[in-house]
Amino acid sequence: MLKVDNIDVYYGAIHAIKGVSIQVAKGEIVTLVGSNGAGKSTTLRTISGLLKPKNGTILFEDNHIEGMSAHKIVGMGLCQVPEGRRVFANMTVMENLELGAYLRSDKDEIAKDLEDVFKKFPRLLERKEQVSGTLSGGEQQMLAMGRALMGRPRLLLLDEPSMGLAPLLVKEIFHIIQEINESGTTVLLVEQNANMALSIADKAYVLETGRIALAGTAKELASSEAVRKAYLGG
Amino acid sequence: MDMGSFLHQFVQQLINGVSLGSIYALIALGYTMIYGIIKLINFAHGDIYMLGAYFGFVATTMLGLSFLPALVFAMAAAAVAGIVIERVAYRPMRNAPRIAILITAIGVSFFLEYGMILIATPQPRTFPAVFDATVYNVAGLVINSQQIVILGSALVLMAALTYIVNHTKAGKAMRAVSFDMDAAQLMGINIDKVISMTFALGSSLAAAAGVLVSIYYNSIDPLMGMMPGMKAFVAAVLGGIGIIPGAMLGGIIMGVVEAMVSGFFSSTFRDAAAFGILILILLYKPSGLLGKNIREKV
Repeated sequence: MLKVDNIDVYYGAIHAIKGVSIQVAKGEIVTLVGSNGAGKSTTLRTISGLLKPKNGTILFEDNHIEGMSAHKIVGMGLCQVPEGRRVFANMTVMENLELGAYLRSDKDEIAKDLEDVFKKFPRLLERKEQVSGTLSGGEQQMLAMGRALMGRPRLLLLDEPSMGLAPLLVKEIFHIIQEINESGTTVLLVEQNANMALSIADKAYVLETGRIALAGTAKELASSEAVRKAYLGG
Repeated sequence: MDMGSFLHQFVQQLINGVSLGSIYALIALGYTMIYGIIKLINFAHGDIYMLGAYFGFVATTMLGLSFLPALVFAMAAAAVAGIVIERVAYRPMRNAPRIAILITAIGVSFFLEYGMILIATPQPRTFPAVFDATVYNVAGLVINSQQIVILGSALVLMAALTYIVNHTKAGKAMRAVSFDMDAAQLMGINIDKVISMTFALGSSLAAAAGVLVSIYYNSIDPLMGMMPGMKAFVAAVLGGIGIIPGAMLGGIIMGVVEAMVSGFFSSTFRDAAAFGILILILLYKPSGLLGKNIREKV
């Protein structure tokens, strides 16, 4: 479904991503783990079109999307929940969700998806008319995910959904990610919380200073000595 | 001055001030919207107001249109001008340092001013009286029908803008882009289109202000946009730059202060009062009357 092939990304003179290749097959949860500054978010931002790779190709459902504008990529069914949630804090929960469906005009289907989102995140329904800047971190994460789902993505990119959340909430969020995946959405998940990420993923990549250091099934990596030492706390 | 004549003078200047202030508000809205979207103080915005006045002049004298069609024509033509200016001058600079695009805006301002001098000569022209000015005397207060038209048109336009921004899909997209450009793109919003639309809306409001003022003073010239442009900028800062209701409030306050200063002291102090406001606001509340202190992004 997604095939990132040997991309190089620069921030000015800084070579942030060096020849990264990632493959995500339909229906999978694939995770990209690594420490701070390894280039995880940069990779996702490049896939979404917010950054342009200098070299390499990105294929989404066999279409070249490298160098395409971000809004067009969203229109193809590839949505991202960005790092730090990035909800529109000056707008209500409802307005945020409506913006998630910005490119769609199928009113009935939008209403149906809205219902689904509220079913998944009942707290968003309670706070429908609340300005989203006043939500807690966990609620904002839910809103950001709900907003992305309103775009009906076939591939959902999630950037550090656990960031800054209490352990119980992290569990809940990961449970919902699994649910989203089971209902047919392919997921590419970036996490620092490698333990959690590996526990729900099919495949995993370890990113180290802009390069893929390890790749394999999530099980293999979770039991690998090197990964345990570096990311899973021994 | 006894109490009665003081009160009379006060109300009279309030009427003049609100009418003048609604003009500043229309121009200030463009400043604030464009700043809200691309963080640019568009110094050419006052010259769009001048362009609007000339478009209105063309519409009324050459095309023989009456007030409303001429107003619509000027607004539409200025909207196109705004889109072209953004496309040609500002878009290539989008990733350049902020100061570069600011200097570009000053360049565009000079280009419009002296371009118009080249086309239309520096001579002021008489703007035709598109409707008769009737002077009403209400309880000793002098109200000109033109003031009523200015205020009425400005209010209708501001209401329309508020509706567009708050209740339409395009308006939501504008607010989203203004809040977080990257996140907006991740919603599938085409930011180039939203920026073009913002320039179109802002420019058309400035053009409306240009036409309304020209009807009131019945004179236009290529440099007429400089002072109102500066004052509308002060109004936008006063209300809180980037905040739409702030621009409206700031514009009205500016107009009232100017009218009061002219009425009670001397009109020579009018401009000093306007820029005095800028100094005070920058000293004591730089985020503007309706501005909030921006929270740190974590």
